[in-house]
Amino acid sequence: MEDLPDAEVPHTDPVPPRFHTGRLPNSKAGDGKPRLLLMGQRRSGKSSISSVVFHKLPPSETLYLETTTRIKKESMHSFMDFQVWDFPGHLDYFDPAFDVDNIFEEIGALIWVIDAQDEYLEAIMRLNTTILNLQHSYPNINVEVFVHKVDGLSEDYKGDTFRDIIQRVQDELSDHGYENAPVSFYQTSIYDHSIFEAFSKVIQKLIPQLPTLEALLNSLCSTCHIEKAYLFDIMSKIYIATDTSPTDIGSYEICSDYIDVVIDVSEIYGWPRGEQNGEDESLTETGNNDAESLITMERKGNNYLYLREINKYLALICLMGDDSPAEKKAVIDYNVGVFQAALKQVFPRAERDAVDAPAA
Amino acid sequence: MNTTKRQKQRKVLLMGKSGAGKSSMRSIVFSNYVAKDVRRLGATIDVEHSNIKFMGNLMLNLWDCGGQDGFVENYLTHQRAHVFSSVAVLIFVFDIESREFAADVISYSSIIRALAEHSPSAAVFVLIHKMDLVQSRLRQQLFEERAEYIRAASESFAPTVEFFATSIWDQSLYKAWTQIIYFLIPNARSIEGLLRELAEVVEARELILYERTTCLMVTHVTRDVEADNPFSDRFERISSILKTHKQSMAKHTGIPAGSANFAEMQIKTGRFMFFITRLTENTNLAASIPPSEQVFNAARINITLARPRFAELDVASKPRPAVQQAFAHSAETPAEREAAVAGFEG
Repeated sequence: MEDLPDAEVPHTDPVPPRFHTGRLPNSKAGDGKPRLLLMGQRRSGKSSISSVVFHKLPPSETLYLETTTRIKKESMHSFMDFQVWDFPGHLDYFDPAFDVDNIFEEIGALIWVIDAQDEYLEAIMRLNTTILNLQHSYPNINVEVFVHKVDGLSEDYKGDTFRDIIQRVQDELSDHGYENAPVSFYQTSIYDHSIFEAFSKVIQKLIPQLPTLEALLNSLCSTCHIEKAYLFDIMSKIYIATDTSPTDIGSYEICSDYIDVVIDVSEIYGWPRGEQNGEDESLTETGNNDAESLITMERKGNNYLYLREINKYLALICLMGDDSPAEKKAVIDYNVGVFQAALKQVFPRAERDAVDAPAA
Repeated sequence: MNTTKRQKQRKVLLMGKSGAGKSSMRSIVFSNYVAKDVRRLGATIDVEHSNIKFMGNLMLNLWDCGGQDGFVENYLTHQRAHVFSSVAVLIFVFDIESREFAADVISYSSIIRALAEHSPSAAVFVLIHKMDLVQSRLRQQLFEERAEYIRAASESFAPTVEFFATSIWDQSLYKAWTQIIYFLIPNARSIEGLLRELAEVVEARELILYERTTCLMVTHVTRDVEADNPFSDRFERISSILKTHKQSMAKHTGIPAGSANFAEMQIKTGRFMFFITRLTENTNLAASIPPSEQVFNAARINITLARPRFAELDVASKPRPAVQQAFAHSAETPAEREAAVAGFEG
């Protein structure tokens, strides 16, 4: 009753998304905002994806979105700034009238959305043309293919469609002599967490510090007996790093739902109270600067969830292992503090921002 | 489990036209359904009885009465005395989208007449349901119009009947059910008194007592600054947040949603500290306290120490079982007692 049929199935990509490549996104200045381009056939779900992921639109409301007629550029300010460009489906990007260089110059990733419930042959053809065209001038662009709207397909059919699309894209590219193209595939839907998971992986490839973050999380996990740790971007609920133990979508979902609980409760009780604290004035308030939270479950022994705000944008969420009892929380707090200090060195920018703009 | 425990049975009738959403709301509030799952529910045939244990000594005897005309006629004729006698609460659900509102009201008033005949002291709650289908700017006006019209048809219950605009898609459902439950709890006053005392002791800004399985609020105490909290619907919101979280936990851990309870949840920020912990067998206590580590720890311990007193209230007139006594002592290890004292001094 409470299980969605596809929720428990671990994300098994026949073609695993490549690991981080360690190279910076193509960028002239080197410090520019990486750009995510959303492209694909019309009505494949590009605008819905960007509204759900970046504007928190409830998925059911996306039915009412208007057709996109011109390129919509949106800037996201978070732990790193990036731009999302939502392209109208009908545009021909390689029309000489277009300033191709301007579009693809600082691109971080090209996200190609394919509607899995529709005829996809034409979409694949256009995708391949795009990849081949880009290959000459911008060989370093990551191409991410979202096989979208898979929620409407049965389990078997979903897998078949997914494999078929991968096969066709790869065959055609190798026919043109382009082997091992930097193309990754994801099955996505806006009605569950898969779209966030896919975006997380896309974004992770754009973070040059990823190997460092993973190493930090790994050492935190092994010291504190943490089963799984995620570093979340609070606003978009994309995770920018996790330790290198196997990921399943279940643990991502539970962490993402947990952020919601903490944010919602914080909204209710975090209103500004002014200075009239009544009789409490005798007490010095020793409240945390960074929010922290934990949940202990009744049935599963010591298993619990731990959340700690790392900075303005990021939160660390850990699923604790069975052998990490709640009594040792002080040790974990300390270790997370060390982790936080290390992260400050990795992302000096976020810190600077926090100083520049004191918390609203 | 214990036959000596004197339980209060309260009969609750859930009525309304077929398709109004009676079983849907019952499944969401009492059986851990998610709003979108209710699509799978079929029509209710005749009466579905369910017994819901609430707060230890209160047993809700919920009669979900199928709303098709044939059944309703049967309730009003052959089963009249059986259905309408010793009713504590009648919950009547109107569908805001109904095309035959006048006919619905006629059916309502004949049910009200039967109720007045057999249980004149019952309370009537009218839920005007599926409000999400109405444009938000028209909602309030439409609700008031309908409420006035229904009140006029409520005969002897007209002065006391209460109206709620509800929808399964937001927290309004919890708001309505919280009021209904509050009415049914026999010792609400004494629980409230005790809770207020506790709030003073632990210096809480707010204490919310809610039932574990349904996440419905039983009662709350608000002190000082918290009274200015701009979110007046926060109690329903918390019910709804907790319920959603429960479902997410159940899904992940694979345990049934009914038993996916957390032992404790803490949230600490610079502006407030908040925790939820178990108070009695069937209730959890949510506390919002000032952002201070000492107050927080002292409050946790004091609430643990207060459990037995609430447990007594929970089971009304029954001697306290040995288990609970053991429980009370376990919380009083020297270290903890010291911490409690330190908390007060700090």
